[in-house]
Amino acid sequence: VNNLYTAYREEIDQALAKYPADQKRSAVLPLLHMAQRKQGTISQQAIEDIAAILDLEATEVATIIGFYTLFHLEGGRYHIQVCTDLPCALRGAEEFLKQVCEYLGIGVGETTADGLFMVEEVKCLAACHRAPMFQLQGNGEITYHEEQTIDTFKLLVDSLRAQAGKEAGK
Amino acid sequence: MSEHLLLRHREIPDLDQLDVYRANGGFKAFHKAVTTIKPVEVLNEVKASGLRGRGGAGFPTGIKWSFIPNNIWPHYVVANADESEPGTFKDREIIESNPYQFLEGLMLASYAVQAATSYIYLRGEFWYLAEKLDTCIAELEKAGLLGEELFGSEYSLKLHTHLGAGAYICGEETALLESLEGKLGMPRLRPPFPAVVGLYERPTVINNVETLTNVPLIIQNGSKWYRQFGTEQSPGVKIFSLSGCINKPGNYELPLGATFRELIYECGGGIPDGKKIKAVMTAGASSTLIEASEKMLDTPMDYESVQQELGAPLGSASVIILDDSVNMAWLADKTLHFFMHESCGKCTPCREGTYWMAQLSHRIMSGKAEPDDVDLLHSVASQIAGKPLCALGEFSVMAVISSIDKFRSDYDAYVRS
Repeated sequence: VNNLYTAYREEIDQALAKYPADQKRSAVLPLLHMAQRKQGTISQQAIEDIAAILDLEATEVATIIGFYTLFHLEGGRYHIQVCTDLPCALRGAEEFLKQVCEYLGIGVGETTADGLFMVEEVKCLAACHRAPMFQLQGNGEITYHEEQTIDTFKLLVDSLRAQAGKEAGK
Repeated sequence: MSEHLLLRHREIPDLDQLDVYRANGGFKAFHKAVTTIKPVEVLNEVKASGLRGRGGAGFPTGIKWSFIPNNIWPHYVVANADESEPGTFKDREIIESNPYQFLEGLMLASYAVQAATSYIYLRGEFWYLAEKLDTCIAELEKAGLLGEELFGSEYSLKLHTHLGAGAYICGEETALLESLEGKLGMPRLRPPFPAVVGLYERPTVINNVETLTNVPLIIQNGSKWYRQFGTEQSPGVKIFSLSGCINKPGNYELPLGATFRELIYECGGGIPDGKKIKAVMTAGASSTLIEASEKMLDTPMDYESVQQELGAPLGSASVIILDDSVNMAWLADKTLHFFMHESCGKCTPCREGTYWMAQLSHRIMSGKAEPDDVDLLHSVASQIAGKPLCALGEFSVMAVISSIDKFRSDYDAYVRS
């Protein structure tokens, strides 16, 4: 039984239909994106299911996860990914990242005690003119947050915390 | 320029709506092409326009298309929307605000080489743009502009988006194809070139988003009209992504051949905080540093002038401005960190070279280096040059070599005397 296929048959068939029938492997990134969107991170079960759907070895799928930076096997619910590449650094991104870490009380690559936030330093996100900026990866979505200050950042984090608190209280 | 050709949404509100785009001449070129023009004539018109690839290499687009052989089928067109070069944010604006012009360009390219299926490869972070394009594609199918036997002709076309997942290397066209095939995004050995052995080992055209966005205008108005913009060898307009130490960063569409002065002072409003301009980079992190001077400010920004007069490629025209407070040793360290992180690891010069350069640079930045270490860094970089498998490995040494050659005293601030 393929759990992933059973649960998301329609979406998986749609993804496969984009590629020639003898080139199923092309759907590996789309299926990994889908699994992560649904489940937050990519589980061992999902790796095996995707491998089975695409006639690949689980190891091959795992290798692909390791090569690309947007896939996560573990980590907080929200990945705060601050760009500190040259153009952003020229507009104060390094100082911004420091303030972000201070506010959350964690270092780069660490996760907050409540498991909600992980801070990462990432490479160019094509928003150089609106730095400092970060992308927020979580809840199956990626959103851009541009022209940031530590105050706008605090507002966002506080609202996400409050939301998570409410959900936990249900 | 009073009106934009590529960033037309700045004059026309809601241009990302199909009815608005069509009301402003949209899809007339595609309809005209499919119903009245032979594919080879579309190709020849683009060739005659002199349009050159806007992703950075500047290779003539029509010539690239003409390499597709007619005895191997099917053909594919892949739009490169992997935009990941630090300092580059133009394709993002096109897809966000003028997506149909880009799609029409992709459709015309597909028709020209008779591809029945074409892909748009977007960087994984452009997730929301892929959703937007999926919606546009569905609208086009509904309107009968995409699908089977278009306008009663024999030509059928399908478009699909495909998301990458965070890897700079996938902007390199053969790495992009590997990634689209579901493999690790690592460059292929060439030859054979993608025009002959591309996606699924079939003849494939790969064009940048901005390049394709020019095509509807060329087919609608003719190559002669298009050539009124730009220079003889670099016809047309270009989007310059302006960032760094500048008052008004952003995308500016100018004819190729506009000067640095126009871009930096007229469009960008000059350097903030009363500082002086020290240098510019024209190809993002992949640039050779260009020292600021009156001569440089008056140099036309086209493919031939920047190379001939300033000794640096124009590249993707991602212009990063550096003021006199920026230390170039720090800058080279930043770019090295980027390239070390993004090296795919396939070829030794790039995998090992970026690592060793970053180590040396780190030693310099931490104040533990001897002056000889700067020479050693230069030597390592020079030995990498010319050896990597793909252009991205070559790019990793550009800022290092040019910063040491032109701004050696910036390193002296860090090394022990």
